[in-house]
Formats: sequence, C-alpha cells, structure tokens
Amino acid sequence: MNFEFSEEQIMIKDSVSRFVREQYDFDARRGIIESDDGISREFWSMFAELGWLSVPFSEEYGGFGGNVVDIAAVMEEMGKGIVVEPFASTVVVFGGLLSAASNSDLKSQIIPSIIEGNCLGSFAHMEPQSRYEMSDVSTTATASAGGYTLSGVKTVVTNGGTANKFIVSARTSGEQFDRNGVSLFMVDTAAPGVEVKAYKMMDGQSAATLMLTDVAVNQSDLLNTAGEGMDLIDQVMPQILIGLSAEALGIMATLNTLTVEYSKTRQQFGAPIGSFQVLQHRMVDTFMGCEQTKSMLYRALCESKSVVEGETDAVALAKTVHALKATVARYGKIIGEEAIQLHGGIGMTDELNIGHYVKRLMMINTSYGDGDFHQKAFNQLSYSG
Amino acid sequence: MDIKFSAEDIAFRDEVRGFFVAEYEGDASTRLSDNSATDYKSAIVGWQKKLHAKGWIAPGWPKEYGGTGWSSTQKFIYETERGLAGIPDVVPFGLKMVAPVIYTFGTEEQKARFLPRILNSEDWWCQGYSEPGAGSDLAALSTSADYAGDNYIVNGRKIWTTFAQYADWIFCLVRTSKGIRRQEGISFLLIDMNTPGITIKPIVTIDGKHSLNEVLFEDVAVPIENLIGEQDKGWTYAKALLAHERTGMAEVADSKRMLEGLKQRATTEINGGKPMIEDPVFQMRMSDIEMELMALEYTELRVFASMAGGGMPGPESSLLKIKGTEISQAIHELQLQLAANYGGALPGDLSSDELGHDFAAEARGKYMYGRAATIYGGSNEVQRNVIAKAVLGL
Repeated sequence: MNFEFSEEQIMIKDSVSRFVREQYDFDARRGIIESDDGISREFWSMFAELGWLSVPFSEEYGGFGGNVVDIAAVMEEMGKGIVVEPFASTVVVFGGLLSAASNSDLKSQIIPSIIEGNCLGSFAHMEPQSRYEMSDVSTTATASAGGYTLSGVKTVVTNGGTANKFIVSARTSGEQFDRNGVSLFMVDTAAPGVEVKAYKMMDGQSAATLMLTDVAVNQSDLLNTAGEGMDLIDQVMPQILIGLSAEALGIMATLNTLTVEYSKTRQQFGAPIGSFQVLQHRMVDTFMGCEQTKSMLYRALCESKSVVEGETDAVALAKTVHALKATVARYGKIIGEEAIQLHGGIGMTDELNIGHYVKRLMMINTSYGDGDFHQKAFNQLSYSG
Repeated sequence: MDIKFSAEDIAFRDEVRGFFVAEYEGDASTRLSDNSATDYKSAIVGWQKKLHAKGWIAPGWPKEYGGTGWSSTQKFIYETERGLAGIPDVVPFGLKMVAPVIYTFGTEEQKARFLPRILNSEDWWCQGYSEPGAGSDLAALSTSADYAGDNYIVNGRKIWTTFAQYADWIFCLVRTSKGIRRQEGISFLLIDMNTPGITIKPIVTIDGKHSLNEVLFEDVAVPIENLIGEQDKGWTYAKALLAHERTGMAEVADSKRMLEGLKQRATTEINGGKPMIEDPVFQMRMSDIEMELMALEYTELRVFASMAGGGMPGPESSLLKIKGTEISQAIHELQLQLAANYGGALPGDLSSDELGHDFAAEARGKYMYGRAATIYGGSNEVQRNVIAKAVLGL
C-alpha cells in the first residue's frame, strides 16, 4: 500500500509546478486572459515540447501512455496556477473521448496533432434544455448519402472559442432522453454550417454557443458505432471528473495556504487576525475539508487502477467518482467562501487572486454535474434496489 | 498509488476474521452490546481473557512485555476487522493508557508488578485526569500529593472517571509542587482503589445510565514506589501517551458497520407506506455521512501508510479524532431519527412488541451517550486548537 506518486509522475508534477511558479504568476495570467486569443499559444507549444500534452495518449500514437493518476498529477498542479490554457478540454475531455473511440483512422489522424500542440479540441455536448443530463440530446444527425447532416444548438461549449476541432453529440435515433441513439462526430470548426458564437466564462476560459445548420459529416467522422456514443461518454467520464477534481484540489489547497498566510500578517485589534480562535477554527475546518477531498481523490485513483486491472467492480468506482465530485462541490464552496470572508474587503477585489481561484472552483463545480447532481446519482447507486 | 495488501497480510486478515467468528459470536456479543448492563464487567473481562489466551490482547505493546510483534499493517488489519465485526475495543485504561506509560517510564519493579496483571485482565484500571476545575484545561488540576516520609498524601477530586466502580487501580495526575509553569509540578501516581480515604460517587448521564463517577481523595496515603518516573515530571509522561493514542481514534471500521446497520433499518422503517431508504431527503442525509466516511477511510489509510513506511503521521492524522467522532455522532442522529417518536420512550418492562418498536431505546442511548465523543479525549475544540497551532502554524 502506498499513496506516493511514481518517479515519473513526480517529475512531470514538478515540471508543471515549476512552470506555474516561474512563468505563470497572477499578472502573467491576467495578461493572457486579456489578450485577443485568451490563451497563450506560446505556452501551449511549450506544453507540447515538455510532453504534457502527450500524457494520457497511447504510445501507438506518440503518447506517453499515462493513466488517470498521471492526469491527476498534472491537473492538480495546473489548478494551483489556475492555468487557463485548455488542457482539461483538449487533452482530458476531447482527447479522452478520442482515445476511447474505435475509429482508428480518426485517432491516428488527430491524436498526434494534439500531442504536437496543433489541435485544440472541445466537446460540444450541452444543449439549452439539457443541464447536466448527459443523455438529453436533441441535436439531430440525419442520415444522408455517405454520412449524416447535423442540426441543432450546443451551449456553454468549453474552449469553444479557441478550438479548431469539436466532438459533437447528435442523435441518430431514439427520443430526446434515450441513451441509445446518441452518436459522436468529429467536426471541424471551419465546416460549412458551423457557426461559433464565442464568449468568456468568469474563470477566464473561453466558451461558445455552437449553431449547427445542416452540417455535412461523413461516416468516417463517427468516433464509434452510430448510436453508441453514450457508452463512450460513460467510459471516459470517470477520468474527466477525476481530472477536474484534481484541479479543484490544487485550487483548494492554494486558497487555504493563501488565507492562512494572510491571517498571519493582517493586523487588527493590535494582533494578527490569525491569532483569533474563531478564525483559527474556521481555517482548521477548511484544512480538514481539503484533506478529506484529497483522500477521496486518492480513493478514486486507487479504484480506477483496480478497475483497469480487473480487480474491482465498476459500480464501486462510479460511486466513488460521484462522491468525489460531490465532495469537491461541498468543500470547494466552503473553502472558496471562507477564503473571501477571511480576507475581508481585499478578498472582494478583482485585483487580488483569491476571487479568481474561487471563480474557477465554481466553474469546476458546474462542469459535468454539480454536487447535488452527483450526490443524487450516488444515492441511486447506494440506496435503490 | 494503490492499496493492495500482500498475500501474507490477506492470510492474516482471514485468520483474524476466522477467530472473531468462532470466538465472539453468540454469547459474548449479546452480553457486550450494553456497557451499562449489570454483568458487563464479567462479560468484557471474559472476552479479554480469551484474547489474552490467543496472545492478541495487546497488539500495541512491545513484544518483550507481551505484545504481538505484529507489523503495523497487521495491527491495522486487526483493528479494522474488530470494528467490522462489531466487537467492542478492549477497556483502554489499563491496556492502552497506563501500560504504555509503565513500560516506557516505569521501573523494572513496576513493570513486573503491573504489566502481567493488565495483560490477563486481573486488574481493572481507571483514569484520574479530569477534575471539576480542570477539563479541557487539564494543567489547571489541583488534586494535591504531599510528600510525607514513605508516602504521598493525596487530597482532591477526580471526575468523569469511567468505570471507577469496577476499578482496582487508578492512575492519576496530581500536583506535587507549584512550578513556574503550571505543567511543571505535576506527577504521575498509581493508586490502589482499596486505599482508605477514597470514595466513589456515581454520576448518571443523560442516557439514564451509570458509567461515569466522581472519585474523592481524602488523606489517601500512596507509597512512593507508586510514582512513575520523576516527581514533577508527570505532564511529560501523560503527553507522550496522548501522542500514542491520537491515531487510533477515527474508528472508521466501527462507523462503517453502524452505517450498514442504519441502511438496514432504513429499509424496514416505513413512512407514507414507503421505506425510509427511498425517501430522497433521508437519502441525502445518509450520503452526506457515507461520503465523508469514504473519505475518512482513505485519510486513515494515508496516515497508516506513512507510518508503515517508517515515517511520522502527517498533518492528516490530526483530523482523525474530529472527523471520526463527528461521523459517529451523525450516524447516531439518523438512527434516532429513524426511531421517530418511539425514540423518547422509556418502556420499562414493556416488550418491543408491546411498545411497537425494537431499536428505539438503543438508538436513544447511543445518541445521548454518543454526545461525549466530541468532549472526551481532548474536546474537538481543543483538537482544533492543536491543529491551528501545530499544522497551520497559527
């Protein structure tokens, strides 16, 4: 039994950590967000050179051949710097779906370009009516000669304004909520009929509404068998949720550290406010929340590995991953709100980093199901039947 | 990053499991379920003697004094299996509290005199720390021990003394001199409960039961050979003991078992024609606890892994007591909530059929007595002070 990262994992963790410390301070980040692109292409190329973009991909496609633990190691460190470059969106979500796909032509064509830093990807899935329900897909994919025609609207498409490739979910059969009949297509941003209406999220990330009007795609753009897209989504979702939770953990630990440090220097009533017991106990509670979140993340990592090695059942892992996301939501909210409260007035300012960490935590919470959504899913698995 | 046990460890786990199934189930389990029952003492002593005969009574002790010589992994497995089997822990005052002080700081004579009788449960020990004026602020204690020839003469009052009514011995912190710091001048004394001048006054707790006591000392003569270590250095010994104890307080396995029991009961308790386990609000309350416990289980494993690797427990260890007790209290709360308005019934001789309910009294008792968990062993507020200082550097 051990909860250590491997030597290789520590190397990559250190490399991301050093980048955040030395090149990604708060002002640098602000400059990037305010630039036209909203991300740094220069840094993205550097991520590629350092091999970070290759982490989860199979060696067959030039990847590092890493697993979910490697992803978590990178994401946690990125969280500490609230890195806005679309690692989660491109490598973990888009890249994860692509890696799990059965269409090997598509994989050998696109994965190398992700690794080289030339492909920025995005998963266009959510729709105006769907909220967190993954099978609620009403965008249509109508069979046509040699392929399909896509029509519909995708909303809050993360990294939508920056991506040059989308994986779009659309219905090839079935009714609005049916699991069967959802299909995943690779769509180029420049394809005729694709209109990208880009905007910013409060955490500095790019998003877009995607209007699809009679977009022609080929059979060969399908990621896997038509109608079986949900299987792919379900397969990759633990990795997505674990990756985002690891990022959240990095943010939570940073917020706690910054708050404790501030409380040691801020003087009121002739003493550092950190000497007041009422504040000490609240900081102990946020410390414990962060440790519990870390434990839940480690649980998910251990169980993921066991599932891959065929030793634990997938239901246990599903329960743990729901619990992890719900725990991130619960303690993320407490830690974020306490960080602002304990900083007082200065915590309210846009100029301080605190609020920006909090906003990223809030966006992680609503990504792929908020705390209540995942707790209900947990309840369903634990208390029904 | 994995939690795999070796084949040897799994074989050990199966051996422990097999022993518990063979030896504990049946008679012992019913007699030990209520620690205020009149035959509780003979029941727990009987069980402890079985463990002693097996050689498993003191996993925490060094082998030379009668410990098991287990690896830390084996100790962890043993504790986990005990909790999962619903077996109460041994009475801690002798085996887990005073014995480590004796074998660490005591003389050879003291070790030879006391340790074997603790191992075989001949002597029942109780703890004399708290006083009416010294609770969380233990260093405020004022029970005095004045040096007089071959004896210390002890005067004062100890309180919240669990099972003093059964005890043969009490280990006490007493004030032997007024030091510059309050922590100086405290000594660690072993006192025979049969010494003239000791009076035990029972304290009935809010569960309506008697396990706590006040112990009064009036000119009690204690031979100087019953002093542990040096006079005025007792605080140091007591603190060493606390560090020894801290990692054992999460009781994750016990809580897991209680939570399974709660879920079972939620399938038979009905509201509006439906089992409570299907009630969406009750489900949220259960999963609030279950998720926290799933995390705590790994927090405990993290602490254990760092110690098994020869390291010191990290900052995560300090939260075990706080979270562990908060979780067990939360489970008790939901048990009582399931008992609904039966929860307040004091049914006397009524059978559960006549009352209409079968676990309400137990749920009330556990809830009421369970409030103590966040008070004893260093209240959870004191624990937070400790983390603030030692971990956060505040």
